[in-house]
Amino acid sequence: MSEQRQGLTVSRFARQLLPVATGAGMILLWCAIDLALSPEHRFLLPTPGAVARAFVDEGPALWGAALNTGTGALLGFGSAVALSFALALALSLSPLVRASFYPYLMILQMTPIIVMAPILILWVGPGLRSVTIITFLICFFPMVVNTTQGLISTDRNLVDFFRMCKASKAQEIFLLRVPAALPYFFTGLRIAGTLAPIGAIVGDFYAGNSAGGQGGLGFLAIIYSSRFQMGALFATAAVSCLLGFVFVAGVIALSWLALHKWHDSFSQADN
Amino acid sequence: MTQEVPSPVVELEGVDKRYGDGPLILEKVSLSAQRGDFVTLIGPSGCGKSTVLRLIAGLSPVSAGTIAVDGAPAGTLEKLSFVFQEPTLLPWLSVQGNVEVPQRLHGAGAAQRTEIARRSLELVGLSDRTGYFPRQLSGGQKMRVSIARALSVSPRILLLDEPFGALDEMTRDHLNEELLGIRQQLGWTAFFVTHSVPEAVFLSNRILVMSANPGRIHDEVAVDFPYPRTEETRESAPFQKLVAEVSRILRSVERLKP
Repeated sequence: MSEQRQGLTVSRFARQLLPVATGAGMILLWCAIDLALSPEHRFLLPTPGAVARAFVDEGPALWGAALNTGTGALLGFGSAVALSFALALALSLSPLVRASFYPYLMILQMTPIIVMAPILILWVGPGLRSVTIITFLICFFPMVVNTTQGLISTDRNLVDFFRMCKASKAQEIFLLRVPAALPYFFTGLRIAGTLAPIGAIVGDFYAGNSAGGQGGLGFLAIIYSSRFQMGALFATAAVSCLLGFVFVAGVIALSWLALHKWHDSFSQADN
Repeated sequence: MTQEVPSPVVELEGVDKRYGDGPLILEKVSLSAQRGDFVTLIGPSGCGKSTVLRLIAGLSPVSAGTIAVDGAPAGTLEKLSFVFQEPTLLPWLSVQGNVEVPQRLHGAGAAQRTEIARRSLELVGLSDRTGYFPRQLSGGQKMRVSIARALSVSPRILLLDEPFGALDEMTRDHLNEELLGIRQQLGWTAFFVTHSVPEAVFLSNRILVMSANPGRIHDEVAVDFPYPRTEETRESAPFQKLVAEVSRILRSVERLKP
């Protein structure tokens, strides 16, 4: 028993050390590849030092762009969550409404969002509004589908139980169907949370505002690539990655707050 | 109300049931239960015994015939509870929260809800688990919460649809004894569905044996052992004899199957 526990402690320590070691190994490999490249190709892969320098030199531009993209991502994500919830409620209430709207939701999902960019630029102009709408369009579908599925999957017996207690329709929806749908809702939210920063960056790439200080990470990537600023491009990628991480972490924190007490997805055995 | 005319608490008169254009599930089912009766429905799978409970609960309308529950149409009596085959708890609410649900839906105040839930949980012996969530409980404990919730509306009629079917035999026997103990205190009329003959004999004063295709009431067996019943009742020779007899009727009913 105690031997087993000791083994567990060692492996837990090793488990925390492993990613750090892997990271260090990858940076070493990165430096080695740099050294192996011929001098005329070396610009293709900036050294870790060059990337770090780009972070300092381009810092204000990078963080400003991250803020712009993050704003678009958050606005698009937030409006997608709110509107998808309202639509999911409507869809869940009637099979007829579901049958009439689902085909169009599918069409929306099938349309590559990129082709929407030129339309949106003409409609609302480039910049935050376009980026927000593109993010919204990307996040909306998985949210609607998952939330609707959750709202119509309520345990039959629980519905019967509520009816026997003479619950009103509003009580049935808000005290039973909505909380029962939360795990589905958060599945949708995790998908949308992953897509939102990507959507905002892609949106910005095609429909970003070129006016000073208005562009986001996508726009910044275009600028840096046109100037062959490889260090800055790598830094842009790293900031984009960080933005995605912030979103996913936020969503996971929210779902933990809502579900950890009662839902099996957060049972102690799994974490 | 006059004392000398005991009106039945539940009365079914020539009840037919079919779902949509489907086959006849129940045919000409007539039965009546007096106050304090513990009636168990037993029979082969698909004989419609659960359907009888759903009809009494008003969860589904009859296709023909009439049902009176406390002299009123089915589905109107508030003091009637249904215990499902599964615990059917709300997983996001604590034990306490789950037992409070019926009161909350009826618009009771917080103090009253807490007090009623406390008393109901005391009856099923779960006073020390009020803050637990359903997933932290065993199958038997979940069923107790489900029963406490059913008791929280002070039911006059309790409908139990195979509530202990998923539990191990020890837990089941134990819960049977507790159920009778609570009934002794509160005195509701019970309708119980089970597949277990010993359980039926132990709990009820009347056993209705049903046959299938379509569901009919085939036979009625009276169980005269006095309450309270205990482990000794279960081990007694007359008990064993009655179990054998009901099993025999059940087998003859199974043979009726086309």
